[in-house]
Amino acid sequence: MTAKAKWVDIGALDSIPVRGARVVKTRAGCIAVFRTAENEAFAIDDRCPHKQGPLSQGIVHGRAVTCPLHNWVISLETGAATGADKGQTKTYALKIEGGRLLLDAAEVAAGKVAA
Amino acid sequence: MTMKSLELVRSTKATAHRQRLVVIGNGMAPGRALDKLFEAAPGAYDVTIFNAEPRVNYDRIMLSPVLSGEKKFEQIVIHGDGWYVKHGVTLYKGSTVTAIDRTAKTVTSARGITVPYDKLMIATGSLPIVIPVPGHKLAGVLSYRDLDDVEAMLLAAKSRGTAVVIGGGLLGLEAAAGLKDQGMDVTVLHLMPTLMERQLDPAAGHLLQRAVEARGIKVITKANTKAILGEKKVEAVLLEDGTRLPADLVIMAVGIRPNAGLAKDAGLDVGRGIQVGTDMRTSDPDIFAVGECAEFAGQTYGLVAPLYEMATVIAGQLAGDASATFTPSVTATRLKVTGINLFSAGDFADAKDREDIVLRDATRGIYKRVVLKDNKVIGAVFYGDTTDGAWFFDLIKKGSDITAMRETLIFGPSYAGGSALDPTAAVAALPDEAEICGCNGVCKGKITTAITQLGLKNLDDVRAHTKASASCGTCTGLVEQLIKVTLGDAYNPTAVQPMCACTNLGHDDVRRLIVAKDLKSIPDLMQALEWKTSCGCAKCRPALNYYLVATWPGEYADDSQSRYINERVHANIQKDGTYSVVPRMWGGMTSAKELRAIADVVEKFNIPSVKCTGGQRIDMLGVKKQDLPAVWADLNKAGMVSGAAYAKGLRTVKTCVGTDWCRFGTQDSTGLGVKLEKFLWGSWTPAKLKLAVSGCPRNCAEATCKDIGVICVDSGYDIHFAGAAGLDIKGTEVLGHVATEDEAIEVIAALTQLYREQGRYLERVYKWAKRVGIDTVRQQVMDDVERRKALHGRFVYSQKFAQIDPWAERAAGKDAHEFAPLADLTFKEAAE
Repeated sequence: MTAKAKWVDIGALDSIPVRGARVVKTRAGCIAVFRTAENEAFAIDDRCPHKQGPLSQGIVHGRAVTCPLHNWVISLETGAATGADKGQTKTYALKIEGGRLLLDAAEVAAGKVAA
Repeated sequence: MTMKSLELVRSTKATAHRQRLVVIGNGMAPGRALDKLFEAAPGAYDVTIFNAEPRVNYDRIMLSPVLSGEKKFEQIVIHGDGWYVKHGVTLYKGSTVTAIDRTAKTVTSARGITVPYDKLMIATGSLPIVIPVPGHKLAGVLSYRDLDDVEAMLLAAKSRGTAVVIGGGLLGLEAAAGLKDQGMDVTVLHLMPTLMERQLDPAAGHLLQRAVEARGIKVITKANTKAILGEKKVEAVLLEDGTRLPADLVIMAVGIRPNAGLAKDAGLDVGRGIQVGTDMRTSDPDIFAVGECAEFAGQTYGLVAPLYEMATVIAGQLAGDASATFTPSVTATRLKVTGINLFSAGDFADAKDREDIVLRDATRGIYKRVVLKDNKVIGAVFYGDTTDGAWFFDLIKKGSDITAMRETLIFGPSYAGGSALDPTAAVAALPDEAEICGCNGVCKGKITTAITQLGLKNLDDVRAHTKASASCGTCTGLVEQLIKVTLGDAYNPTAVQPMCACTNLGHDDVRRLIVAKDLKSIPDLMQALEWKTSCGCAKCRPALNYYLVATWPGEYADDSQSRYINERVHANIQKDGTYSVVPRMWGGMTSAKELRAIADVVEKFNIPSVKCTGGQRIDMLGVKKQDLPAVWADLNKAGMVSGAAYAKGLRTVKTCVGTDWCRFGTQDSTGLGVKLEKFLWGSWTPAKLKLAVSGCPRNCAEATCKDIGVICVDSGYDIHFAGAAGLDIKGTEVLGHVATEDEAIEVIAALTQLYREQGRYLERVYKWAKRVGIDTVRQQVMDDVERRKALHGRFVYSQKFAQIDPWAERAAGKDAHEFAPLADLTFKEAAE
């Protein structure tokens, strides 16, 4: 079930450190918004598929983040655990327009129902 | 800009049946359009050109060589006076057009000349962007656009003064290099962290910065200009951070914008530039726009190739070819600074559907990046060696599928489609006199002879005997291949464990190279040591950050994004994402005031658990991340600082009560513990560092299982080290005995420093000592007094930059982004 996209401004790309992350609070939990060295941005659930570690607190490298709890490496693009680990974190549509980050609120709301 | 005398080149009179074409602007694009038009339809138009500049058409791209003195203006002229005469072109030099009357179909210049047209070509180019900081209108502040700017710069350069160039893009760097060549002292200011960030990734940007700096040009990145200072003329540039740079000349080279004002006043459709269709006509079919002032499909263009394509289309349209249409193609650009080769083409912006192939060769200063999408090359950046630029540019333009040659693509046309050479075969084929190690001048023959005659078995042997790869280390791979070729299967290259999958280098190699190559930032290091990933991984980045912190105290800017979360937010993350907070209790001592403050904090912030730690302090567990700065502020008020319970650094100094209270105490163990902790706190070490001081051999502080322990005795202090009581259990080794407290402190600081300098990241003291040898450590710290004092001195120096309470900094607002969410959507959702 995909509702029509509803883009919500969640802040400036520059307010996230390069190779860093910050969270967006939603009623279904936190979404981690990442900024890579190449100034790309990704939004995924702030929960590692392993033991729900806060991925936003991990070290960002390439298009991946290493979970601070047990060093699982999660792809920011797909939300999937990499290497030998198996698991999936939900990803959200995010776009950058004029330096602002826009998150699809419709998808967030849909996630809330599912969760 | 002062106008020179009006010059008019006029030839044959217009005849009645010829159409009148008026051109506003005399740059490269309209020049090319007229060349093409005269070819396609000679004599069809009676042409009049208005040029705001008092001169003929010249090659603007070659202004930089004129500035640097490599070329004269005459050498960059495209159309001399003769060309205008030959084609019957009327040229008004130094004449700015001020109005277009589309009803009467005339244009009027500032000098009052009105000329009628049948067809009009607007080619007003672009204007430099001037940052409107205070003082931007002072004399001595120039942009870099035309020959007048260059002449003004050359005049200013005669004084051999100081120039500041604002903007580290293509133009800014060319201007800086030119001014340097003219003998000026030049500083480039760039707003972004790395130069030419639109063309280069950070690593290549650093390589470029080094090359620029090697020419004696100072570069300041992340430089935000606040004001240009001066009474009548420019005297200095003031940065946002308060830095004041003296300057006799300021060049603004921060970008350009289309010069579309005239067209807008005439009522034509204008966006960023003058909007044109595929036929290059504006919203008025009799008026064309070409060059940097034109906007096609939302894009404006600043590089010559697409502008020439526009010119060709206009010529076709004017000559009656209605099918002539503009399709923008990829563009390529080169930095025109002698000695620095840089080429970029196509689209190298990052996007999810793109892949990068990167080749780095630091010794030769080479960086190549090719951007792929759907198995086609869409962009390329070359630094150092740009010889393959044309070939890749061709691949981009043709949109060739590169699947078949992907493996060797980055090596360029000489390998295209063929199979990759076996690297050892290439080494085997080298002649004996081929130089392998450039640093130490070692040729292949010397190495192979040494291997066979001396029976060398591995890289370290070869290094020791021949010095090959013993300096900068970049030929290590080559030397290893040579050993393999010489020894065959007898060679077992398991010697060095790489730091991680991002590199072939081991920890010790990296530490050695940081010093040998003077590497002072992570991007710099990754470039110079040829890292295999774009920005490392969670294993190597914290290690590199530590090595740089430890090697360059006071110089290296700590990269918090390369630190594990605990060290980034100065608290310990717990399984549920909350944090624990442990304030320092010096030597395990506390007071009513501290305990009261802790109790208050626990109640105020609803902290669920309070516990005594094994290191004689109090741990508050379950603190919410956003509460951390406020918790710290309260603890700070009671005089407490971070206990660094999260750090790969000094943790605790555990003590017993010693002679203060104990009937067996031999020395003031508590006092020594407090002194040690006050001296050592804040220091970063390869892994956590725990100390203890016991007042007698009964050892109540459990000093004999610590990283460093002291057992007080009647005659002084026994110093122990290399104990463990974690994953491994191990009693300490005795380092030595000293008579006084001062000596004990000096020895312990020297030992800590030796560990800081030799330990591999995450290697505890006992593992380091086992690796390098207990005796070696003892010899350097106890026996060699000179050495001990030198180590102690380095530790003291490093502490000058380390002893800053991170809690106080954050309570005062540092890294505030760490502790607040980016956005809160819970309210918005609720409102729906």
